[in-house]
Amino acid sequence: MEELSNLFQGFQVAISYKNLLFMLIGILLGVLIGVLPGLGGANGVAILLPLTFTMPPTSAIIMLSCIYWGALFGGAITSILFNIPGEPWSVATTFDGYPMAQKGRAGEALTAAFTSSFVGALFAVLLITFLAPLVARFALQFGPPEYFAIQLLTFCSFVGMGREPPAKTIASMMLGFALAAVGLDTVTGTLRMTFGRTELLQGFDFLIAVIGLFGLGEIFLTMEEGLSFQGKSGKIDPIIVLRTWAQLPKFWVTSLRSCIIGCWMGITPGGATPASFMSYGMARRMSKNGPTFGEGQIEGVIAPETAAHAAGTSALLPMLTLGIPGSPTAAVLLGGLLIWGLQPGPLLFVEKKDFVWGLIASMYLGNIAGLLIVLTTVPFWAAILRIPFSIIAPVIVVICAIGAYTVHSNMFDVVMMLVFGVVGYAFKKLKYPLAPMVLALVLGDMAETAFRQSMLLSAGSLAIFWSNGLVGSIVTLALVILCWPLISRARESLRKRPAPA
Amino acid sequence: MSTDTPPSAAATRWVELAVALLIIVGGAIVVTDSYRVGVSWDANGPQAGYFPHIIGWLLTVVGTWIAVKTLFRWSALAGKSFVSSHELRLVLAMFVPTAVYIVLLQYIGIYVASALYIGAFMIWQGKYKLLPTVMVSVGVPVVMFLLFEIWFLVPLPKGPLEHWLGY
Repeated sequence: MEELSNLFQGFQVAISYKNLLFMLIGILLGVLIGVLPGLGGANGVAILLPLTFTMPPTSAIIMLSCIYWGALFGGAITSILFNIPGEPWSVATTFDGYPMAQKGRAGEALTAAFTSSFVGALFAVLLITFLAPLVARFALQFGPPEYFAIQLLTFCSFVGMGREPPAKTIASMMLGFALAAVGLDTVTGTLRMTFGRTELLQGFDFLIAVIGLFGLGEIFLTMEEGLSFQGKSGKIDPIIVLRTWAQLPKFWVTSLRSCIIGCWMGITPGGATPASFMSYGMARRMSKNGPTFGEGQIEGVIAPETAAHAAGTSALLPMLTLGIPGSPTAAVLLGGLLIWGLQPGPLLFVEKKDFVWGLIASMYLGNIAGLLIVLTTVPFWAAILRIPFSIIAPVIVVICAIGAYTVHSNMFDVVMMLVFGVVGYAFKKLKYPLAPMVLALVLGDMAETAFRQSMLLSAGSLAIFWSNGLVGSIVTLALVILCWPLISRARESLRKRPAPA
Repeated sequence: MSTDTPPSAAATRWVELAVALLIIVGGAIVVTDSYRVGVSWDANGPQAGYFPHIIGWLLTVVGTWIAVKTLFRWSALAGKSFVSSHELRLVLAMFVPTAVYIVLLQYIGIYVASALYIGAFMIWQGKYKLLPTVMVSVGVPVVMFLLFEIWFLVPLPKGPLEHWLGY
């Protein structure tokens, strides 16, 4: 099959000493980022992105995606040992992971978590290997109306299927679009919303927003809890690993279900966090061990971890093929691709085969390497967390400040990072979702361009969005999903109507 | 009913209302500026404000909706605290030094500012003695300097000390 031969070529690109080294560095950095609060997957990749400007794009994306895998693995360590989720998608892992650690079964929990993550990611990478070229070929038929329709679908899914109130999701999203519009409009050359300030000429960079919202915002939130890291010991010895591996195949149904949930949530933008919660919830409802979830049930660790990794990995599928990131971290990686001059979409598969398949091959390698590394280095990470917060917190802020500065060598960005930090803190507390804002900030310009081009094609008529079967069905689906909360509420009230007299 | 709920520094409903009003203001700004650059079509196609003004209107509408909903639930939301005074003090203990750090860093460079920032945290929050504090708070910027200025060749903001040392 063509895909397999492309994959082998990709392996040849990925297995060079330089790229393997970057893979290793990426994973180690990623686990570190996943373990420290305030430095998350999206945030960490955002900070390290400017440093990769001098690297060839293939090596850079390999390193950055390995940072991503590392962060996916790392989040589980603090969840299980310290009951502190290192990443938003590891929150569900604390539900059963920490009780297991409390009962002295930390090694089992960690092994189960890492192995499930590996399985989830592998499932997703296989999906990408075989599905991506198909989607890419399909996407070749896309014109501006179709691209805009897909983006509309993305944003409507956030509103319709998100857990936060739709009004707040829309507000968050629109703020992202508004921020994206600030600065020089490349089509007409006019300055929008700069109010005469030269610092705003370049507009707001999504990297600054991500570092502020997800980095500083997270630290401010953490401060509220007056954090102190008192964790359980995390020794893993090989016997425990083997014993746990022997147990895991029993739960293959949960695992498979979680893989599917994860891939679905990764591809339709949702991301790893909702995937982990949904998977945990479903496992609890459908497993015969359901009632004991929350007390240290190993299935309660398998379900969220598999789903989170499957989602995190499959989020790269729409990013590569359609230019639609399925998660905030994928959004940052998308931004990176654009900065390197690579246009994600079907042409990427045609014109830059080495890059795409090198990346996909590195996903396989990165996950295997990640699993091995993380199993062997757990005590090291646990020790890092014992460094008192009064040292770690300012160091993390310093790293964030450096990250914000290196994007455009602009002090204004560092100030904006702090502002975004306050916004992130307030928004999280008031249940305004942050992911739509980041996605809108990254995709805003592209969405506007697609909309504009569509309008130009149709001379101002909105009818172009129903002009053919493809566009029409996507737009209709988008509108249905948008109104889903209303529809389901209407159905519920209709069901309650016939009350026995 | 527990009698030991911590004193609240800000009620949720006021903060919700304030944020909703800020969103409305934001929307108004976007709409106003969009009309300034033009929201309809000219010879070349849609003007620059065409897309943003839709965003601005949506922002204003959504902000109003949230504000109205908050007002409707005003009494139901009574007593819900956004942040307690204790928590606020902890958050400010992080926020204020960080703000000072960011201001300072423009004048004395990032390395010296970071040393002072980390040192301040270690002494005030961590209650460390002077020697370990100095070792970490000076050590970290030195590592950063080697990493960024010398290895990655990424220039960071520098101040009088670095200029005096010849960088």
